[in-house]
Amino acid sequence: MNIIETTGKAVIGTYKHVVNVLHLLFQTLSWIAIGPLKGKFPKRQSIFEQMVFAGVKSLVIVCFVGLFTGIVIAMQSAYQLAQLGATIYVAAMVSVSIARELGPVLTALVVAGRVGAAITAELASMKVSEQIEALDTLALNPIRFLVVPRFLALLIMLPCLTLLADIMGVAGGFLVGIYNLGLNPHRYMDVSFEFMVWKDVWTGIVKSVVFAITISMVGCYMGLNTRGGAEGVGKSTTVSVVTSFILIILFDCVLTGVFYFANM
Amino acid sequence: MGKEIAIKAEGIIKAFGARTVLNGINLEIYKGETFVIMGGSGCGKSTLLRHMIGSIKPDSGKVYLLGQDITGLPEDDMDKIKKRIGMSFQGSALFDSMTVGENVSLPLREHTKLEDSIINIMVKMKLELVGLRGFDDLMPSELSGGMKKRVGLARAIAMDPEIIFYDEPTAGLDPIVAGVIDKLILDLSQKLNITSVVVTHDMGSVFRIADRIAMLYEGRVVEVGTKEEIKQSKDEIVRQFISGNPDGPIKFFQQKDNYLDQLTK
Repeated sequence: MNIIETTGKAVIGTYKHVVNVLHLLFQTLSWIAIGPLKGKFPKRQSIFEQMVFAGVKSLVIVCFVGLFTGIVIAMQSAYQLAQLGATIYVAAMVSVSIARELGPVLTALVVAGRVGAAITAELASMKVSEQIEALDTLALNPIRFLVVPRFLALLIMLPCLTLLADIMGVAGGFLVGIYNLGLNPHRYMDVSFEFMVWKDVWTGIVKSVVFAITISMVGCYMGLNTRGGAEGVGKSTTVSVVTSFILIILFDCVLTGVFYFANM
Repeated sequence: MGKEIAIKAEGIIKAFGARTVLNGINLEIYKGETFVIMGGSGCGKSTLLRHMIGSIKPDSGKVYLLGQDITGLPEDDMDKIKKRIGMSFQGSALFDSMTVGENVSLPLREHTKLEDSIINIMVKMKLELVGLRGFDDLMPSELSGGMKKRVGLARAIAMDPEIIFYDEPTAGLDPIVAGVIDKLILDLSQKLNITSVVVTHDMGSVFRIADRIAMLYEGRVVEVGTKEEIKQSKDEIVRQFISGNPDGPIKFFQQKDNYLDQLTK
């Protein structure tokens, strides 16, 4: 009985959160759609500031993660492909797996840890120090003022970062292929682009768009619904990052399934 | 006397979970007066204030702000009313990613189409009113508690509101700074004829600034009257609150269980 009760409560609790997050997403999208008509779109400067924070300042870490992932995949697949005498296919292995899978997912995880956590912590401390309420009494809608710029910034920057991680990953594989496996550079690039087709890249970009929505919505929702002082801020931030991580993996699985079964 | 009503609360009931915080509040606040809502911690006075500014909706009852019923008002209309009121928060609630000047100018930049040069002049004027001219470029973290409260007040009056709400304006301040804040509240209401609604339990402050006072206890209005009427009140609750007497109808201990039972359990 107790197990049923606990499970039931957890399911209802999760359901409520899901509904609330979707409601927040709906409100955000309607501000983006209707805001410009009413002259109430967020200032370009605040979107720009968020884009710098979310995108430009994530450049180094995303490059780092992309490059080393490419190197690791190249070495791991070379180890197997060498037994078949087909080390040239390392190029195909690296480019396709980075573009379809590892580029978007690893970039999203890095950004969830860096930007998602920062969004939650900032909004949460604004919430517990009455700053969100203060915005409201000044007739400034917190969703328009705080959520929309963060949402748009991630929506634009995460696909860009993903493309960058893709390029760095291929470069990482290239380095291993040329200097370690002694492959011909031209042949390496030919094989890379022979196997990696446009759809590999754009399915990866579609994934990164979904991840951007996930990270920004979870981050903002957890921040705006924080209670209970400094402890609450810490708790919200942890929950935000963990939830984003789980959802990124979950949505990756779902999207991969969709692309697979839709024969894309 | 046909005094104009600025705010009217009609039978407000509000419960959070099983706890009823406001239990049928009726109040009328007139234009231009300084109205103080006093009561012990947890009596619901902050909750009542949040009903008046529309950030909490009552379970039942109505709130009229500047002649309009704000319970269930669409957001666009509510925003128009919000631009005519100001709120000074207990913890000042300054935006800590912005400088003092940016905090005060934010509502002007967002809601008006004024030139930057005019906004800058207005910000200087508002900061002068609270005695902080020249502090524009400091960050909130560089200010003391009393200074933050004054900047919060400057931000609240940036749009020249008709009503200002104060949540515990003097709590946690030294007596002199508290006196300065009290004088500011009086100045604003006398010079600019602003209606002020102050929530506080600082009795010194209450008798310095109030035109009329309402005493709140357990979610109800116990008594409403002028300073003199409240000072000479026959009501046990009001008398105990004013004198700060530990014995009386207001209980300090809120535990329902017997003390001895709990100790020996």
